[in-house]
Amino acid sequence: MAVLMNKDSRVVIQGFGGAGQREAKTSIAYGTQVVAGVTPGRGGQTIEGVPIYNTVEEAVTAHQANVSLIFVPAPFAADAILEAERAGVPLIICITEGIPTLDMVKVKRVLKNSKSRLIGPNCPGVISVAERSRAGIMPVDVYLEGSVGVISRSGTLVYEAVDQLTRLGIGQSGSLGVGGDPIIGTTQREALELFEADPDTAAIVLIGEIGGTAEQEAAEYIKTMKKPVVAFIGGATAPPGRRMGHAGAIISGAAGTASAKQQALREAGATVVENPGDIGSTMQRVLKEKGLA
Amino acid sequence: MKLHEYQAKELLARFGVPVPKGRVARTPEEAEAITRELGGSSVIKAQAHTGARGKAGGVKVAKTPEEAKAHAQAILGMQLVTHQTGPAGLPVSAVLVEELVDIDREIYLSVAIDNTPGMPVIIASAQGGMDIEEVAATSPDAIHKQHVDPACGFQPFQGRDLAFKIGLGGDLLGPATKLIGDLVKAFEASDGAIAEINPVVVTKDGRLLAADAKFSTDDNADYRQKALTEQRDRSQEDDRELDAHDHGIQNYVALDGDIGCLVNGAGLAMATMDGIKFAGGEPANFLDIGTANNPEAIAAALRLIGSDPNVKAVLVNIFGGLARTDVIAEGVILAKRQGMISQPTVVRLSGTNVDIGNKILDDATDVELIRADGFADGARKAVAASRGEK
Repeated sequence: MAVLMNKDSRVVIQGFGGAGQREAKTSIAYGTQVVAGVTPGRGGQTIEGVPIYNTVEEAVTAHQANVSLIFVPAPFAADAILEAERAGVPLIICITEGIPTLDMVKVKRVLKNSKSRLIGPNCPGVISVAERSRAGIMPVDVYLEGSVGVISRSGTLVYEAVDQLTRLGIGQSGSLGVGGDPIIGTTQREALELFEADPDTAAIVLIGEIGGTAEQEAAEYIKTMKKPVVAFIGGATAPPGRRMGHAGAIISGAAGTASAKQQALREAGATVVENPGDIGSTMQRVLKEKGLA
Repeated sequence: MKLHEYQAKELLARFGVPVPKGRVARTPEEAEAITRELGGSSVIKAQAHTGARGKAGGVKVAKTPEEAKAHAQAILGMQLVTHQTGPAGLPVSAVLVEELVDIDREIYLSVAIDNTPGMPVIIASAQGGMDIEEVAATSPDAIHKQHVDPACGFQPFQGRDLAFKIGLGGDLLGPATKLIGDLVKAFEASDGAIAEINPVVVTKDGRLLAADAKFSTDDNADYRQKALTEQRDRSQEDDRELDAHDHGIQNYVALDGDIGCLVNGAGLAMATMDGIKFAGGEPANFLDIGTANNPEAIAAALRLIGSDPNVKAVLVNIFGGLARTDVIAEGVILAKRQGMISQPTVVRLSGTNVDIGNKILDDATDVELIRADGFADGARKAVAASRGEK
């Protein structure tokens, strides 16, 4: 996943509280350059060996940060994303869950005409395994260096898929959680485009969910892809009309159902897994069939 | 959060949307008095969070104040059962008493969020009074849309475009454009998720009125919509879900099966339900612990799951990221030791601090647990346990 993050990625963390500090420590131990933290009013301090700034712009100027990782609480998170965008950070990753949708309407509009890419919100972040570059909350122990890329709307399902692969000895190039909210910065389709262009990636696991039409839009792109895609849709057994945690996962109309998404993905040439316990073994089979194992 | 029709209409009226004359009543006598004020006749509408109220006997026309009283008497206190409520139905503790209007035509109008462009979208159709998803399926050309760009907000030309397309030209053009703009304003100011007026009626004397209204808000914005969240009617919600909510578990949905689930992350929670189905079982609930990162909250969630009389076994499926497996393990042990959960309990831990988490479970030799290695193993063992197998 060096197309998004590599050894030279320099991470600034916005919202350097408990979670931000804990994840900074994990990333630094993993080998990632965490160059600064931003907590307004705490500028000038050093926490866990990381220099803290009042604004993103100051942190970018002082440390040439080119990735921002956001842990700011939901009521202030849209503001934090827009601050990073204004400071010219090319990759903004927002972990925060529970941002009001109308706040994201404004953010999405600003990002449309911006050079910055947003990943999330409500996502586990990005990791490039070979580059040991991590901006997110994923547990690092389950990853094994290799060539499968993992994309998911859900954070924990990224870990689940990675774990199943690792247990079978199949390594990963990296993972990207697009986020569980209705309005997100980088879509599943765009994430597929990134992995298709990534020289370290040979095959991709795509984990979607009920609700919306993002998987159908991803399927349109899969038709044109060279790399094989193994796909799983979570929530096949969810009752219609109920919100299953992710606000984006309310089944709305026929397009939102698991079966409609599975069908679109199958028709596009993806290998669809129905039992979530079979994601790893299905990828193993696909890699063998394609001569990639 | 969902609003009742009368609450939605009060909200829309504050933003200038024309609504029929009338008020909410909580007793038959109030309904009678309001009907008298309205000139002697009215329509009595049960206030419950469901559509199709008319078919279920929840909407009645009264020709006299006495008749209004009798209808209100019949509707108040009933359990309204529709295809949307499930067999238990929803309690009715209020009725909306409104003027009768002479209807010429019915229009459909709503505002919702369109995820792909990431903007509110106004949806309008000349085929009002029908289920819009059915209209979309059978005659998609009858549905018209305009997106509200946050850079400039709603513009009158968008209202005119929709008004002309749904046959509201001539004298109705101005009022229709204003109504659409006011609906957007109400949606934006209230952090709306869906605002639907189905139907907007064109009266025989040429007025527009919001004859029905559905309004639900974005739960993520509850913190800045205090005036609306105070109107929340807890009697319309599932008791178990409210209990979960009160314990800081935001994401709990009660289901009909017999395997209780405690999971971190919405995606894994959904996949756990799917995995249980594949192993031949039925999930009793969806539960994502979210950010509940202390043993007491985990124990409270387990007590809630265990208190469901249908639950025969419990599956704890955790892949720790931000959530720590050691905290979950402590919560499980706490719940077991205090007898908060008596059903056989399958525990699968992976991810953050898994070595510490597993050691906590190993050390609690007085607590009987079924340990699982990986996702599929957990689902299989939970299904076996629910059938009394080892």
